[in-house]
Amino acid sequence: MRNIWTIAKREYALYFNSPLAYTVMLIILSITGIIFALNIWFLATQGATGGGFAPDSGMVTGLWWVYLFTVPTLTMRLVADEQRMGTIEILLTAPLREFELVAGKWLGAFLFMFTTILFTFVFVILLNRLASPGIDQVQMLSGYMGLILFVASLLALGTGISALFSNQFAAFFATLFLFIVLWFLIGAPADIMPNGGELFRYLSMGTHFNAFQSGAVALTNIVYFLSLIALGLFVGTTSIETRRWR
Amino acid sequence: MIRVSGLTKDYGARRAIDNLTFDANQGEIVGFLGPNGAGKTTTMRILTGYMPPSAGSASVAGYDVVSESLEVRKRVGYLPETVPLYTDMTVFDYLKFMADLRHLPNAENTVYETLAMVKLEDRAAGYISNLSKGMRQRVGLAQALLHRPEVLILDEPTIGLDPAQIIEVRNVIREIGRERTVLLSTHILSEAQQLCDRVLIINNGKIVAEDTPLALQSRLQGGQAHLLRVRGDADRAAEAIRTVKGVASVTRLDDGSLEFRQQAERDPRPEVARAVVNAGLELLELRAAGLSLEEIFLQLTREEPVPAQEA
Repeated sequence: MRNIWTIAKREYALYFNSPLAYTVMLIILSITGIIFALNIWFLATQGATGGGFAPDSGMVTGLWWVYLFTVPTLTMRLVADEQRMGTIEILLTAPLREFELVAGKWLGAFLFMFTTILFTFVFVILLNRLASPGIDQVQMLSGYMGLILFVASLLALGTGISALFSNQFAAFFATLFLFIVLWFLIGAPADIMPNGGELFRYLSMGTHFNAFQSGAVALTNIVYFLSLIALGLFVGTTSIETRRWR
Repeated sequence: MIRVSGLTKDYGARRAIDNLTFDANQGEIVGFLGPNGAGKTTTMRILTGYMPPSAGSASVAGYDVVSESLEVRKRVGYLPETVPLYTDMTVFDYLKFMADLRHLPNAENTVYETLAMVKLEDRAAGYISNLSKGMRQRVGLAQALLHRPEVLILDEPTIGLDPAQIIEVRNVIREIGRERTVLLSTHILSEAQQLCDRVLIINNGKIVAEDTPLALQSRLQGGQAHLLRVRGDADRAAEAIRTVKGVASVTRLDDGSLEFRQQAERDPRPEVARAVVNAGLELLELRAAGLSLEEIFLQLTREEPVPAQEA
């Protein structure tokens, strides 16, 4: 555990030294801000004409696509760069388990994204002030929980894929491809199959993410994302372990 | 401290090291000498737990490098040949990170002490990307020394250093080698000669010779050789020497001096000197012509006779 923390601390600090990571943070926060402002403006005009929309924190926590497309830029480097620079030789000859290395990398990236997500809370507070009698707090918490689990699983998968490559751009495209499959493609058979499509619907990330956003947290949704995190960390660990034997 | 037996590593069809057996004891500095691609780095990577062998076994500090890899890694300091470093960190931050990975108590003090050992205290706050090759080498060495390991494995530790730095690094290694085990690879033969208690010469994955630098030198000579320079006709001198009892052979060298080999156990030098003088020539120089380690190395690792001087 201590080693995981040591690795995570270094990665976390490194993100704050990296222009790329700042850019990603800026992109996420400005897109969230723009969408928030548009929503408020829309609600205000609707309200004037008596539309009666309830303000919903999902406008902040439901922006899956912002994360889907930015997470690969944060994870592509994590293990791939160690392999390219040869620093993996130092890490693997230190008393450090492969799992600790991968989990530490993931945790460092997660803490960075967690920091970013924390900033979005400003919008939720604003929304709560604007709306009367305030927003649905249960839905807000469930939305955040879903977003955090979703991002954590994206980061774990990205970390795992990064360990398969020593070229970070190869890792980037492979990660992005996997995300697109998991969000857009894997659920598609469920829509055309007359029956038995449940498995595909279950595998699709959207199913679970949207459940959280609607405020309905079920154990299966939590298990789904935790399984993806475990899978990502397992792939990363195994990849580094087998690299020793190659 | 290091026990290696029958160690073999294959990369696909290519055999990188072939049935290596050697050991290194505490307080001993063992040099690994060989051309590029001889298998030095591969052996070191196996000993540090970076990769497993294809066959054979090795133990470091009493622990098996495969089944007890973590215990081995706790006790070994390793400087890889390429000196991989995080260039986006400061020297201090990097060493602190490595010290934390090794769970060192009092990590900050240890880092400063280690930096002092490699004479890099004044660069602690500097980014590694701004350091010269020699300084990076010393950061890598500091990393290997942080936990004061029982066994130190150094792959080409003085490569890229200037002469003053080489002397400093060698002094550090010698200091460490007093109580600990050091295995270092080098292709600088004088380095092995100066630094090592024992030298292993490796070529094509096999150990071709193993001995103290001194013994290796004399073992290969096939009888002691001496160099002789005279003023006057060297051929006449050669004639005169050849008749002396105990002289096995005489060769005339390109620069006009003579080299003669003595038969075992009998030192013919006084008589040789007398013979030269009696032949009416003046003796300018008479000294032992030991083979340098360079020549030993070439002799041992040569696969076929070297073709006579290429045009």
